[in-house]
Amino acid sequence: MTVAVRKPEKPERTGTEEPPAPARRVRTVSRSMVVAAILLVWLLLFTVLRGKQTLSLAAADLTDLHRWFNDVNDSVGANRNSNPLFLYFFNEIRLVIDTLVTFVQELISQPTPGRPVPRIGWLGVVGIAGYVSWAVGNWRVALLAVAGFTFLGLQGLWQESMDTLALTLSAVLVALLFALPLGVWAGLSDRVNRIVTPFLDFMQTMPTFVYLAPLTLFFLIGPASATIATAIYAAPPAIRITAHAIRSVPETTVEAADSMGATRRQALLKVLLPMSRRTVVMGVNQTIMAALAMVTIAALIDAPGLGKTVVQALQSLDVGTAFNAGLAIVVMAIVLDRVTTAASGRAETARGSASPFLRWRRHLLAGGAVAAAVLVYLSHTYVWAAEFPGEGGVGSGISKGTTDVTTWAQDNLAGLTNAFRDILTNGLLNPFQTLLTDSPWWLVGAALVAVGTVLGGWRAGATAAVCVGLLVGTGVWSDAMTTLASTAVATVLVMLLGVVLGVWMGRSALVDRLLRPSLDAAQVMPPFVYLVPFLALFGATRFTAIVAAVVYAAPVAVKIIADGVRAVPGATVEAATSSGCSTWQLITKVQLPMSRGALTLATNQGLIYVLSMVVVGGLVGAGALGYDVVAGFSQGQLYGKGLAAGLAIVLLGIMFDRITQAAARRAGA
Amino acid sequence: MTPATTEAPRRRDTPEDRAPTPVISVRELWKVFGPKAGQVPGSEELRGLTRRELMDRTGCTAAVRDVSFDVAPGEVFVVMGLSGSGKSTLVRCLTRLIEPTAGEILFEGEDIRDADAGRLRELRRSKFSMVFQHFGLLPHRRVVDNVAFGLEIRGMSRAERTRRALEVVELVGLSGYESSYPDQLSGGMQQRVGLARALAGDPDVLLFDEPFSALDPLIRRDMQNEVVRLHREVGKTMVFITHDLSEALRLGDRILIMRDGRTVQCGTGDELVGAPADDYVRDFVRDVPRGDVLTLRWIMRPADPGDALDGPELGPDVVVKEATRAVLAAEKPVKVVENGKLLGIVGDEEILAVVAGQEGDA
Repeated sequence: MTVAVRKPEKPERTGTEEPPAPARRVRTVSRSMVVAAILLVWLLLFTVLRGKQTLSLAAADLTDLHRWFNDVNDSVGANRNSNPLFLYFFNEIRLVIDTLVTFVQELISQPTPGRPVPRIGWLGVVGIAGYVSWAVGNWRVALLAVAGFTFLGLQGLWQESMDTLALTLSAVLVALLFALPLGVWAGLSDRVNRIVTPFLDFMQTMPTFVYLAPLTLFFLIGPASATIATAIYAAPPAIRITAHAIRSVPETTVEAADSMGATRRQALLKVLLPMSRRTVVMGVNQTIMAALAMVTIAALIDAPGLGKTVVQALQSLDVGTAFNAGLAIVVMAIVLDRVTTAASGRAETARGSASPFLRWRRHLLAGGAVAAAVLVYLSHTYVWAAEFPGEGGVGSGISKGTTDVTTWAQDNLAGLTNAFRDILTNGLLNPFQTLLTDSPWWLVGAALVAVGTVLGGWRAGATAAVCVGLLVGTGVWSDAMTTLASTAVATVLVMLLGVVLGVWMGRSALVDRLLRPSLDAAQVMPPFVYLVPFLALFGATRFTAIVAAVVYAAPVAVKIIADGVRAVPGATVEAATSSGCSTWQLITKVQLPMSRGALTLATNQGLIYVLSMVVVGGLVGAGALGYDVVAGFSQGQLYGKGLAAGLAIVLLGIMFDRITQAAARRAGA
Repeated sequence: MTPATTEAPRRRDTPEDRAPTPVISVRELWKVFGPKAGQVPGSEELRGLTRRELMDRTGCTAAVRDVSFDVAPGEVFVVMGLSGSGKSTLVRCLTRLIEPTAGEILFEGEDIRDADAGRLRELRRSKFSMVFQHFGLLPHRRVVDNVAFGLEIRGMSRAERTRRALEVVELVGLSGYESSYPDQLSGGMQQRVGLARALAGDPDVLLFDEPFSALDPLIRRDMQNEVVRLHREVGKTMVFITHDLSEALRLGDRILIMRDGRTVQCGTGDELVGAPADDYVRDFVRDVPRGDVLTLRWIMRPADPGDALDGPELGPDVVVKEATRAVLAAEKPVKVVENGKLLGIVGDEEILAVVAGQEGDA
């Protein structure tokens, strides 16, 4: 009897304990199968419904929304000097920023009233650059700064470079003015941190581009709105890193200060700020690099400087000039990056050295200051020290050489590059793009929402649905789908590259040591620069933009994957090896599955980077949304469409980001 | 033979004749973390719950529950317990680094819980100092500037605070390292800096939060000796938190054992070993060499009529270990005498029961 009662009970109990495991296995299989099923249904319906309800819009056509934007723009333009909001708010901001920028420009780049040259000539700027680099960093970066700045002059791009520098410095100044206090506040207060973080997350997912369009509405085009856009774009890293730095001061240290009766102010000034200084300087570095990238792109809204040279050269397909100016941007990026990195390392190294040297250093610094002042005086007084001598022979040499190489490449490698381009374009890009643009909009929308829900949960699905709805509303659905196709293809390529290189780096310390510096350097470059060499190889097509996007986005993906693979516990790898795994099995069955979270994060970052680059590619014939935005800046009647396209980019960005973030969270859990 | 009578040294000055007014007096102190924490100490029903039950019922954790004790001037008072027993929370409540939920903390008669921010700061600046487990030094300041930090906060002039800091640096045996940075020093030396920083302000009370737990055993012993030496030299009142029983027995005049936020037992080391309050304490002190801790008071027996009462005499507070030789050497049982009154006698049997039996049963 007792046995009979027990028996049915036992399987039941194991039954209730077991289910989680089999159920989960069924579900992971089904998730990818559901996605495949969705795609299959889509393909089937596509063959039936092809070409219907595609919402395509010709280049010059406008929707009501676009016209309404145009009207708003016109009315803002008409009322700029009468509407109190503009009169007392936007115009005032613009005035202050404009004064600042003009002041810095007249200092180093633009002629001052009554003088044919800026107040400080090249010799003075080089002197100051060298001195400051030495004072905040070390003599090596000082040499680099002097050499780099001189090289800019030799390239014949002194004035353009100084314009870029002036705008960058002004924007960084404005950004830090707000970012550092805000960062400290967010570091001290949990509530502020909670409020600020989602905003920062959101701002970081936006491509550089999209800040420009709305700002021009309020601040017109030109240096002032370029500076404001740059400051907005560059502030988040400084806020985030400052808050992080304050937060990572060890609790015991803060508690020790409290226990000795420090006031809040004393704790902040004597403990928190000094201890987070090094990290904060790293935040300043990030801000400067972001600002430089943005300032070059702000050339689209008529910001002066190197970016403008690049844009103009790209538009006339003058690869030589574009390369020369792009090189100048790279040089400036390297100098700024190295100097600020050295500055953040300075605190550590200086303190280890003996005190007699420190006393010497003070004298040397004073001497250096005098020398720099003399150089500034010379450059203010004498023409030879004010205007960079020579005609920029190095620069024209570079651009001529580049043109020759390009011509040679186009003549001789055309077969190879064209074949490569055509295979990818016809084999992958075109079919995919056709599928997206020629399907009815509701079909694509439904597929996107379904895939989003399957991968990221119902919340991500809901976001996707809202984004799809708004995308339709922007009236540039078809262009958005073209951009989506390019972005998706580029992201797939980025992930392929990322997995191969990332796994290689994650498994071999040697490869990591060799590759990482160049990846770091690549991340510092403004996205613009990547277009130039590929324009030479592939001509002005959307393929150029895709390749540039892959190169631009790959470093971050590679690094994330490499770190993910490296983070797999050594014990697990050892256990797998000891049970006889081959290298291939180790990678596919242990290391990649265990770094699933990193893979999704890499996809997320890759997508965002690719998106911002594909849009910049609008400059070199990538068409679609990027072209709409660029055209919107230059032609009044397309302004509204450009703004709508900018919005569409934001929507695409949000959709990608939410889905992949949600998927990453799932993978991590 | 007879000279052995009073020569056995007293191990520590038991604070027999200490002043009656305590420096710190804690009464029914509670610290509860969680939503509506304030309700817990007041409610008869909730007070009685175990930690788990309280968590399930209210979502609160009671880190310190109904703890009361007094610390006498010049005393080394040790709070001991395993991790999670609430001892670190308790010591932070004393200076309100963590705000207590209920109870009284009297410092020289003043309730610290009533102090406003300014008064509290003043107390922290001049009356209390704390030494932390993870040192809490400022990496961007030299040793001397770290030590002078508390003085700087008070607004003392640079020359004066540097002079005072250098004095204290010498006191803790760090002369020659004034200009080093904390990360150039070993863990033990860093904690000496922490000690110096606490001493620099000449506080009335030193609070130690597991100061030596992060150090190697040998260094730890060194630092314990250092504390004993400093206590002898400067005579500060000390509240010392530790999870290490041998450290507690070495340093503490009295020891309070905590478990799950409650006081389990509070007494001198020999009281804990000789008369553990419950199985938890008994388990704790199981491995203590009893001969090192117990005094003759704990092992003596009443004199039987048959005992010879002309043996040597010893005081009741002589530690067994130190009396062993004298007792074994004497041919007759040793008399335990306090103020001329015979308390009991100790023979070879009693001594051997402790010394030989200490490994096994206890």
